[in-house]
Amino acid sequence: MILGGCRLGESRARGSSREWDPADLIVSTRDVEIGGRTTTATTLNGSVPGPTLRFKEGDQVVLRVQNRLDVDTSIHWHGLILPPSMDGVPGVSFRGIAPGETFTYRFPIKQSGTYWYHSHSGFQEQLGMFGALILDPLEHDQIESDAEHVITLSDWTFEDPMRILARLKKSAGYYNFQKPTIADDGLSRILANRAKWGAMRMDPTDISDVTGETYTYLMNGRAPESNWTGLFEPGQSIRLRIINAAAASYFDVRIPGLAMTVVQVDGQNVEPVTVDELRIAIAETYDVLVSPTEERAYTVFAEAMDRSGFARGTLAPRIGMSSEIPARRQRPLLQMEDMGMGAMAGMDMGTMNMEPDSPDADTGSVTGMPEMISDGPAKGGSHADGTHGMGLDEEAEVPEWARSIAHGPDDHGPGNSMIPEFTKGRLDEPGIGLEDAGHRVLVYTDLRSLVASEDQREPDREIELHLTGNMERYIWGFDGKKYSEAPEPIAFHYGERLRLTFVNDTMMNHPIHLHGMWMELVNGAGEHKPRKHTVNVKPAERLSVDINVDAKGRWAMHCHILYHMDAGMFRVVEVRERNGNRTNLLND
Amino acid sequence: MTRQIQLFAGLVLLIAPIGCVSPPGTTPRAFVPRVVNRDLGDVVHGTREDPVSGDPQRPVDEQQVPGSDWPSPVHDNQPFTFLRAEQLELRVRDGAPNISRWDVQGWYGRDFEKLWVKLEGEQSVEGKSEGEAELQALFSQLVAPFWDFQIGARYDREWGPGPATDRWFGVIGLQGFSPYEFETELALFVSEDADISARLTATTDFLLTQRLIMQPRIETEAALEEVPKFEVGQGLNYVELGLRWRYEFVREFAPYFGINWIRNLGETEDLIRRGGGEASELSLVLGLSVWF
Repeated sequence: MILGGCRLGESRARGSSREWDPADLIVSTRDVEIGGRTTTATTLNGSVPGPTLRFKEGDQVVLRVQNRLDVDTSIHWHGLILPPSMDGVPGVSFRGIAPGETFTYRFPIKQSGTYWYHSHSGFQEQLGMFGALILDPLEHDQIESDAEHVITLSDWTFEDPMRILARLKKSAGYYNFQKPTIADDGLSRILANRAKWGAMRMDPTDISDVTGETYTYLMNGRAPESNWTGLFEPGQSIRLRIINAAAASYFDVRIPGLAMTVVQVDGQNVEPVTVDELRIAIAETYDVLVSPTEERAYTVFAEAMDRSGFARGTLAPRIGMSSEIPARRQRPLLQMEDMGMGAMAGMDMGTMNMEPDSPDADTGSVTGMPEMISDGPAKGGSHADGTHGMGLDEEAEVPEWARSIAHGPDDHGPGNSMIPEFTKGRLDEPGIGLEDAGHRVLVYTDLRSLVASEDQREPDREIELHLTGNMERYIWGFDGKKYSEAPEPIAFHYGERLRLTFVNDTMMNHPIHLHGMWMELVNGAGEHKPRKHTVNVKPAERLSVDINVDAKGRWAMHCHILYHMDAGMFRVVEVRERNGNRTNLLND
Repeated sequence: MTRQIQLFAGLVLLIAPIGCVSPPGTTPRAFVPRVVNRDLGDVVHGTREDPVSGDPQRPVDEQQVPGSDWPSPVHDNQPFTFLRAEQLELRVRDGAPNISRWDVQGWYGRDFEKLWVKLEGEQSVEGKSEGEAELQALFSQLVAPFWDFQIGARYDREWGPGPATDRWFGVIGLQGFSPYEFETELALFVSEDADISARLTATTDFLLTQRLIMQPRIETEAALEEVPKFEVGQGLNYVELGLRWRYEFVREFAPYFGINWIRNLGETEDLIRRGGGEASELSLVLGLSVWF
C-alpha cells in the first residue's frame, strides 16, 4: 500500500487557503488503500505507517509536528527517556496540538534501539497514526548485521473506532465469532462449558475484544495479500526490527524455515536467545537476527493471538517472490488457570486428595486453595505455618517471581467482574495458544539484559496495582476504578527504587506501559533484569518490575490496548521529591 | 509553499550531517521500506544544532504546569445510547386472532448510571382492534458487576373491544446477567391502587453456529392481591415459555422464528375463562430482533 505521498499543495487546494508553516511531520486525514480498498486514515506525512524516523544517540531532536486535522492531535515517543513536557500525552505532558497548530518537540536522544511513535489522542493510533523510531548508538552497534528491515505490525479497521467501542460497551462479545457452538463442539461440551464457565459468566474464547472480524492485519501498512517484501542476499545476517503498533492485537511471529535470534527487546539489548516463534504484545518491540542461506522466499507470519487472522510478509532475494502461508492454528481456549483457579506453582496436587487427571481437578481445587495460601505475607508468600503439604524443598524450587499469592478481600466493586483465587508469576509460560506450539517459543524468563543494570538496589517500597475490568460492561481500570474515578496521580518518590507489582484480576492479557522510566522485569535474571517500557501481564498473573525513579514530572501509565485505555485503564504517575513537597505540578 | 518546505528540509539535512550516518554494517537500501514522501524524505533526521530557541533542560516544574484548558488524557466516561427491539413479531395463534407483539428496550447513559426505557405490548392484526401496551421509564444504577438496580414508573394501557383502561405503577427491579448466563429481569410493581405484583423474565442463548442462535425464554408473574378489573389473580398467575431461533446476519440484525406458549394460572385462569378468553395459547412466532 503506497500512498500518494504528502502533497503539501494538495491539502491547501482542498479548502483552506492558509499558508502552512514549515514542518517535519504533518498530521492529516487522507485516503489510503488497504488490501485493495480505499479508506480514510489519519496519516503522518501522508502514509500508514508514518515515516520511519532515525536519530542518533546524542542528537538534539527538533521536530515540528503540524496538525492539519480538525481535532487535537499529539505524538508520543514510545519508550524514550525525555523531559516530561515532551512526552506527548495530552492532559498529562502538555495541552495537545490544536488544529492548525505546529508544535515543536525538542528533546535529547539519550538511548539507542528500536522504538516507535504514535498519537496519544483519541483513536488516531488505530486510524494509522504511528511509525517506527530508530535510534542508532553513538558507538558501533553491538548488534552486527548485514542488512535490516523494520517490520511494523498493526491492525486496520474500516469501521469508526468509536463505533467499535460503542459496540463493545453494548455487547462485549460483538467481534468474537469463535465462540463454542453446538455445531463445532457438540451439545455435551456446550453444556459442560455452561456448567464450568457459564457459572462464572465467563467465555473461554474471550481472547481478544476486537478481532479479525473487523481487522485487517498489516505488516508495514500492507494487507496479507499485498505481501510486504524485505530483501536479503543469501548468507547475510538480517536484523528485523519488529514493532507491534496495533491498537488491540497481539501477534505470534514466526518465519517458517528460519530460526530467530532475539537480540533486543523494547530497544534494550539482551543476551541472544534463539527461538522459532515469539509473541509480541501490543507496543513491544523485538529485534531478531535471521540468517537465510537459501535462494528462496520465507514467509514472515504474524498470527493474531486469537487466531482470527494474520499479518504476512515475505523475506526474499528478489521482489515478487513468495512462500507458502502457514495454516492458521485452532483458536485457543482459556483455562481455569487463567482465572487463578488452576494448579499452583510448587504445590503438590496429590496432597490435596485430588486426582490431578480427573476432570474435576481444576474446578475442585478452587475451594481448597484460598486458605492454603492466604496466610503467607503479601510479599513472597512464605507460608508461615509450613503445613498443608507445602514441603520446604518444593518451596525452594519456586522462584520469587513465580509464587502464588491469594487475592485479598477487596473485590474492587462493580467495575471488576472477576476475582482470581490466587495469582502467580507466569513468566516462564509462552502464553495462551502457544503451550503446544511444538517448537521453541520465547518466554519472559529467557530475557536477560546484555549489560547489568546500573541500579542494583533492592526496592525501597512496593506498590501493588490490580488490573481490573468488567468485561460484560466493558469497563476497564486499575484497582476497580477507571481513570475518571481516580484522576489523582499515583505518587512515586524521586530517587527511590520502587517495585511495582501488577496483579491481573482479569482473564485477558494486558500490555502495561509506563512512560518516562524503565521498568526492570523481575524475572530471575538477577543483575541482568531486562529493561522494558511495556510489559505483558497474563491472565491471573502477578508480575513485578523494579523502577529507578529518576524522572521528575507527571507520566502516563496505562494498558496499551487502545480500547481498554479509553475505557479507563489509565493512570497518571507523578514523581515527586521524597519529602512530599508538591511542586506546582498540579492544580487539581 | 512546497518549495519553502523543500528548502527547509534541505537546510535541516545540510546542518545535520551526523544524523545521516548509518550504523556500520547496515545497508540503507534494504532498510528503507519505501519512499512515501519525497518532499520531506522518508527518513527524517535529527539535528545537532537547535535552530529554534528553547531549552529542554529547563526545570520540569516550569515546563509542565497543567493549564485549565488541558483535556482529559482519556475519555472513559462518555454516554452511549442503546436501543434494542428484542421482539418485533407476528404471533400466529391456534384458534385465536393473530397478533403483533413488540418488546423494545433502550438506554442512554454512562457505565454506572443510565436512563432506561422499556416498551412492550401487543395489538390484534385481524378482527376487532384490541391490544395492550406497557411503558417503563427507569433510573438504572450498576450496583454489582453484572447487575443494574432500577427504579422508576410504569404505565399500562389496554384497549378494545370495550373502553380503554389504564393504570400507573411504581417499579423497582434488578436487571443483569445471572450465573449460568441468563439475561434476567426481576421487577416489583406497586400499582396506583397499591396492588403489588412481580415479574421475572430470563433468556439464554445457545449457539448452534456462530450466527444461528437458539434462545429459550421464560417469563412469569405473580401478584399479592387479586385485581379482577385487569384479570389478575392472586399468587403465581402467569407463565410464558418461548423458544426462538434467530440468525444474526450481523449482530444487530437477526430475523427469527419460534414457538411461544402462554398459560394463565390459578385465579387468573378463572377470571379469563369467565371473560370468555382462553387460559392458554400456543403460537408460532415470526419476527425480527434488531439493535443499535
